[in-house]
Amino acid sequence: MSPSAAGQSRVVVIHPLLVRVTHWINAIAVFCMLFSGWAIYNASPLFPFVFPKWATLGGWLGGALAWHFAAMWLFALNGLVYALYGLLSRHFVRSFLPVSPAAFWRDATAALKLRLTHRIGQYNAVQRLAYLVAFLLGILLLASGLALWKPVQLQGLANLFGGYEAARRVHFLAMSGLVGFILLHLTLVILVPRTLVAMITGRARIPVDPVEVRS
Amino acid sequence: MSRDENEAKRLSGLRREIQPELVKLERRLFLRSGLSLGALSLLSGCDLSTGANGTVIDRALWAMSRANDRVQAWLFDPNTLAPTYPASMIDTPFRFNAYYPPDNIPEIDEATWKLDVGGLVADKTPWTLQRLRALPQESQITRHICIEGWSQIGQWSGVPLRSFLERVGADLTAKYVGFKCADRYYGSLDMPSALHPQTVLALDFGGVPLPLEYGYPLRVRVPTKLGFKSPKHIVSVFATNDDPGGYWEDQGYNWFSGI
Repeated sequence: MSPSAAGQSRVVVIHPLLVRVTHWINAIAVFCMLFSGWAIYNASPLFPFVFPKWATLGGWLGGALAWHFAAMWLFALNGLVYALYGLLSRHFVRSFLPVSPAAFWRDATAALKLRLTHRIGQYNAVQRLAYLVAFLLGILLLASGLALWKPVQLQGLANLFGGYEAARRVHFLAMSGLVGFILLHLTLVILVPRTLVAMITGRARIPVDPVEVRS
Repeated sequence: MSRDENEAKRLSGLRREIQPELVKLERRLFLRSGLSLGALSLLSGCDLSTGANGTVIDRALWAMSRANDRVQAWLFDPNTLAPTYPASMIDTPFRFNAYYPPDNIPEIDEATWKLDVGGLVADKTPWTLQRLRALPQESQITRHICIEGWSQIGQWSGVPLRSFLERVGADLTAKYVGFKCADRYYGSLDMPSALHPQTVLALDFGGVPLPLEYGYPLRVRVPTKLGFKSPKHIVSVFATNDDPGGYWEDQGYNWFSGI
């Protein structure tokens, strides 16, 4: 039985327009940053491997750097708009807090036993922690990236990371962490495809709260 | 053994050392030919290879790179010094870097070499090595950061470019200082970076006269910029208001490339 047919559900906005717009701009920016960043990495690999050519953007080092240093503005300015909105509208506090170790443990074990149901419009503790970690990784990527871009002009920042060479490694590790998040994020979207629709339309159908019906 | 034979031996050893670099250079040239597979092939065409006359995305990338020049010029503080390091941190061996293999390092005859001075300067008399060595010298142990990402600490000594430009009566309000090299490399600096106290016309590397592969007999050393902004084997320096560009910059590397 479809809930809508029974008249026991309603459509609500779960992702405000600003969140949706900044989400998709961020997706494009991160796509460009990642694939151009891998091409830059390949010019002087830190570790004994390189990224496959098909997963790089820019064609050659000069092209990859041009992409990276253009997309960085999109990533940073879009991130700033989102962060200001999230703080001022209390979106961050409402959606991602609190996260207690107990709640995380409860939801993580439930998820592993495949007993965690997806409540649309509300994040469980595992999701909350994952998003918070992703935000921190984004900030870390931006800060370590600035240190790599300007290790002389911003040498205070570079020193915070332990100097230029250490900042390269921090930048790489933060990137790896973000890629881990993206893989998890995309896997969950594939498992619960209606979340993709919600991030485009902003709207989702949720069951009507019986309490609300009575009132 | 003659000097030439010694040099040939040293260079062939060097060639073995940098073999992986050459492979990488060849790979880079291959990539630039536009061959690419996969999902990103559509965008891989946007690689700046057609310059500012290319696709819409290419033109946008060029425009962003010029905007980044302006941001970096604004960020550049003429009083901020590049960090310096103790002699114990100097990296050896130091990597050889050029757009060609070491076999093609230009042959320069010290007897006939001279540094031409041109553009917006009062005194265009060419300089010999001897005259340059007679000027007050500065030494620095700084980090050379390559656009490829790697970095090494080295020691350079020479004539601060600022004192050289003052001595030849260069117009210090000109926008650019340009360089031409014996290997057909060329480059340019914004005047504030040219006048930075750590920007030198280097004559020595590691306490000895510049070895062939590190830019004999004279190179620029700019520790506030990426390595490719420090041309080697220079034969000409000039002040100008017309952007002289650069070997890599004209192909798409960001022109300012400050660090």
